[in-house]
Amino acid sequence: MTWRRFFRRNRSDNELQQEIDAYLQEEAAENLARGMSPEEARRRAHIKLGNPLVIRETLGKQNTIAVLDHFVRDLKYAVRTLSRSRGFAGIAVLVLTLGIGVNVALFTVVHRVLLAPLPYRDSGQLFTVYERDSHNPGRDPFLPVAAGSFAEWQRSAAGSAQMAMVSPWQDYNVSDAGGKLPEKMNAAWCSWNFFSVLGVNAALGRGFTPDEDRPSAQATVMLAHSLWVRRYNSDPGIVGKTIWLDAQPYTVIGVLPAWFVYSSAFGGNTVQVWTSVGHEAPPSLLSAFDDHEFLVVVRLIEHTNLSRLVDQLAAVQKQIEATHPLPTVHDGAIGRSMLDDAVENYKTPLYALLAASACVLLIACMNVANLLVARTSARSKDLAVRSALGGSRLRLIRERLTESLLLSAAGGAGGLLLAYGAIQWLVHTRPDMRRVEAIQIDGTVAAFTAGVIILCAMFAGLISGTGLGCRDLLASLQDGSRLHSGGRSRAGLRRVLLAIEIGLTVVLLIGAGLLLKSYQRLRNTDIGVPADNVLTMHISLPTVRYKEPFQQVAFFEQLIERVRALPRVESAGLVSTAAGEGWGGDRTFAVVEHPPVSKDDAVDIHVRGAEPGYFAAMQIPLLRGRLFRSHERLSRANVVVISQLAAQKLFPGEDPIGKHLRPTNADQVYEVVGVVGDTRWHIAATIKPTLYWPIYGNDYSVATIVARSTNNVESLALPVQRVISELDPTLPVSNVMTLQQAIGLSTIDSEFDSTLLVLFAVVALVLAASGLYGVLQYLLTQRTNEIGIRIALGAQRAQLLRLVLIDGLRPAFFGLIVGLTASAATVRLIRSMLYETQPLDPAVFVVVSLALLFVACAACLVPAWAASRLDPVRALRAE
Amino acid sequence: MAHKSQSDREMLKGTLDMMILRTLMTGDAHGHTIAKVIERTSEDILEVEQGSLYPALHRLEDRGWVSSYWGASENNRKAKFYRLTAAGKKQSAREANRWRQMTRAIGLVMGSESPSGGGLG
Repeated sequence: MTWRRFFRRNRSDNELQQEIDAYLQEEAAENLARGMSPEEARRRAHIKLGNPLVIRETLGKQNTIAVLDHFVRDLKYAVRTLSRSRGFAGIAVLVLTLGIGVNVALFTVVHRVLLAPLPYRDSGQLFTVYERDSHNPGRDPFLPVAAGSFAEWQRSAAGSAQMAMVSPWQDYNVSDAGGKLPEKMNAAWCSWNFFSVLGVNAALGRGFTPDEDRPSAQATVMLAHSLWVRRYNSDPGIVGKTIWLDAQPYTVIGVLPAWFVYSSAFGGNTVQVWTSVGHEAPPSLLSAFDDHEFLVVVRLIEHTNLSRLVDQLAAVQKQIEATHPLPTVHDGAIGRSMLDDAVENYKTPLYALLAASACVLLIACMNVANLLVARTSARSKDLAVRSALGGSRLRLIRERLTESLLLSAAGGAGGLLLAYGAIQWLVHTRPDMRRVEAIQIDGTVAAFTAGVIILCAMFAGLISGTGLGCRDLLASLQDGSRLHSGGRSRAGLRRVLLAIEIGLTVVLLIGAGLLLKSYQRLRNTDIGVPADNVLTMHISLPTVRYKEPFQQVAFFEQLIERVRALPRVESAGLVSTAAGEGWGGDRTFAVVEHPPVSKDDAVDIHVRGAEPGYFAAMQIPLLRGRLFRSHERLSRANVVVISQLAAQKLFPGEDPIGKHLRPTNADQVYEVVGVVGDTRWHIAATIKPTLYWPIYGNDYSVATIVARSTNNVESLALPVQRVISELDPTLPVSNVMTLQQAIGLSTIDSEFDSTLLVLFAVVALVLAASGLYGVLQYLLTQRTNEIGIRIALGAQRAQLLRLVLIDGLRPAFFGLIVGLTASAATVRLIRSMLYETQPLDPAVFVVVSLALLFVACAACLVPAWAASRLDPVRALRAE
Repeated sequence: MAHKSQSDREMLKGTLDMMILRTLMTGDAHGHTIAKVIERTSEDILEVEQGSLYPALHRLEDRGWVSSYWGASENNRKAKFYRLTAAGKKQSAREANRWRQMTRAIGLVMGSESPSGGGLG
């Protein structure tokens, strides 16, 4: 037997037929020659040949692969039966497409984002280490590292690890001789060995050398591939050319490869410009132990492990804390793999979503199984006849399996398409997500899809197939008899499936409800000021051209005057970091009038430079005292306004006005002149005490312009940008957005997760409801006779309605109880995704229960109503 | 009868292929001729079952020992002719050799009890 023969079976059978005919003719001719009559000659020839069918069958068997042949036959049969009920097949494929699609999409994301190794050489040896503050156990333990500590760490771990540091939250105003518009770009300072520790080579040119990582070195820069392509048109001669960063010349020494992205828990994936930290950072920062501006990347050499290194570094850090008793010097170290560092924040949400999508798929499978069971029951007579004629049980189950395999393969193909679309959409809508660039459908995903298809087919096929007993064969054949109570065991199986389905739906609904509530809480959170009709944009003055503080102040003052003069601007002001815009910097302060306090009691306060107009534009209320006066600038800028919370923390039970504050790491003294309302620095974070000092002075070269209008504030963006370019055409403007949009950006994760989960839950609810409806409808068709008799014997319609309703609602009740119990056990897993919402939020549980019961009642009411309206005469004649 | 022919076929199974190959050594032939030649040569002791002839021919073709083509028979009828390939010739020689060894061995064993046996060789 060969494959060629197998696929040419029909042709070779025809040939054999001809061959046999030829034989018969030859034999008959010979017989004729022996003198027989033509009739006799043909008869003898046939006798000699024997049964031609046997020959054909023998050869047919010889030329076939039994398993494959049976499979093809089953497949043909399945296609035929499915095409006879297109509605059923369509619904089943659609349901499976949805289920498989979301699973494949989420698996792709989990696989590529959370599990695939980082694209660096030997990325398993790469770790990120942080400082740790054991005095403050409630805080996130992963704290950025001070450059002074890094130097000590590097010295002590020289034998066991290569260490590099990077500060990925810098930015530059990039301009060049080509006359292109200046741009503000995210940038990183890194130690010279950063790229060699990661194992990344420049695609063009070279990396930094140790000599370039010094203050005295010539200024050099490396460009991200995308920047090189976009701004410099992939110029192959870029290396050696000069570009301008903050109005200073830098020589381009290299371009990074296109695939290179640096991701950390603190961002970094948007960095376009890389410079060497030794050249860029002020020497005071490089030797500081209390200014935490860096992330540390470590490549461990063989034969050592992270915990040993961390122990070693923690000991060093403990020593540093002992010799430098400043309030913000930390006393420990902690580390994690670079992969975990990049994606840690996505783990819980992505796994939660994957689990939710798996629930949806399970529900989808159960629905399909239910549909298959219903069809099996409807065809029970046909099946009984076939088993009576000798159709083996295995064969019947195999047919069910083939049928469900066909359905799930179609669903899988659709699902793969759906997943592809979903991934495109995700990559498009969530460019902020870390490692989003790595998401694509690959071989593993294809294998996963195939696995899911087979699992679905087995699940749905076996569940519907196990109901096929041979015992009740006779009963099925006698289905016409009124004594027969149609397939009770099968109905029981469907009820159990239904209860599980409803239970899973409840779990999904509760998860979705919690996330939705958390998201609503988040959106309704007050950042402390009315957030509508406020426009913000960011500018930064290059210190080369605006070297002297009075130049910066002059520019800022001129700018804000002109912005205020614009039509429709109600109020405008300047601030270093606006409310809701982010962390923005913090320091610890001591009250001069108070006795010295221990380091652990020093109050950590957010510091902003502000101009008096900011409070008016943001509508932050002045509670006591006054704001800054116009002469309080430059050398006389030593006054501060503090927030209410800062006043409570620093001056409990006292009047802060007229008291003095001193930063714990400096000697200047600031007088408190006023107290203003509290604002939030991030929508989802707790309020921090805040201090404002004049932005005119105090060394500010960056500012956020805040402008408020009565309506349609977006339309102010262009006029304000025009004002800026009139004052200085080389200044780039960045982050132009309304305060609402800025807040929206920080809630995008929550919005995304809750939207998806709500979507899944709704799909699950629809599936469960249709399942409930289907089962009840089926049970009623089975009982048409019985109900007809009941009505004929005088049963009340209301009584019948109740009977049927209770019958249908019983699995719903069971499912609800199972679901509520399961939810209570699992919601704790998503606690970290919830904002000001308890996992066991009673309101969510009650609302979900009521909603589910309502939907279940609606799904049951339709068939129940139809049953109670049944015309007894027609019901009894229905046979 | 049915049982007898069944056991005959069993016995012939290995030898039929060999005899077909041997028959084709003398020239191309179609199924009817092959059967007739085998029967004649064996002085009608052997009867070729058509039920095994055609499957055997197809099996030999799959193994590449014979090839087939459609042609005209002696009586000018369309018939499928089989031809020995180079590999088939080698195989035929190999089997003939093996058969001779086998019958000699069987003859030696059987000869001690019944000297007149071993006529098949």
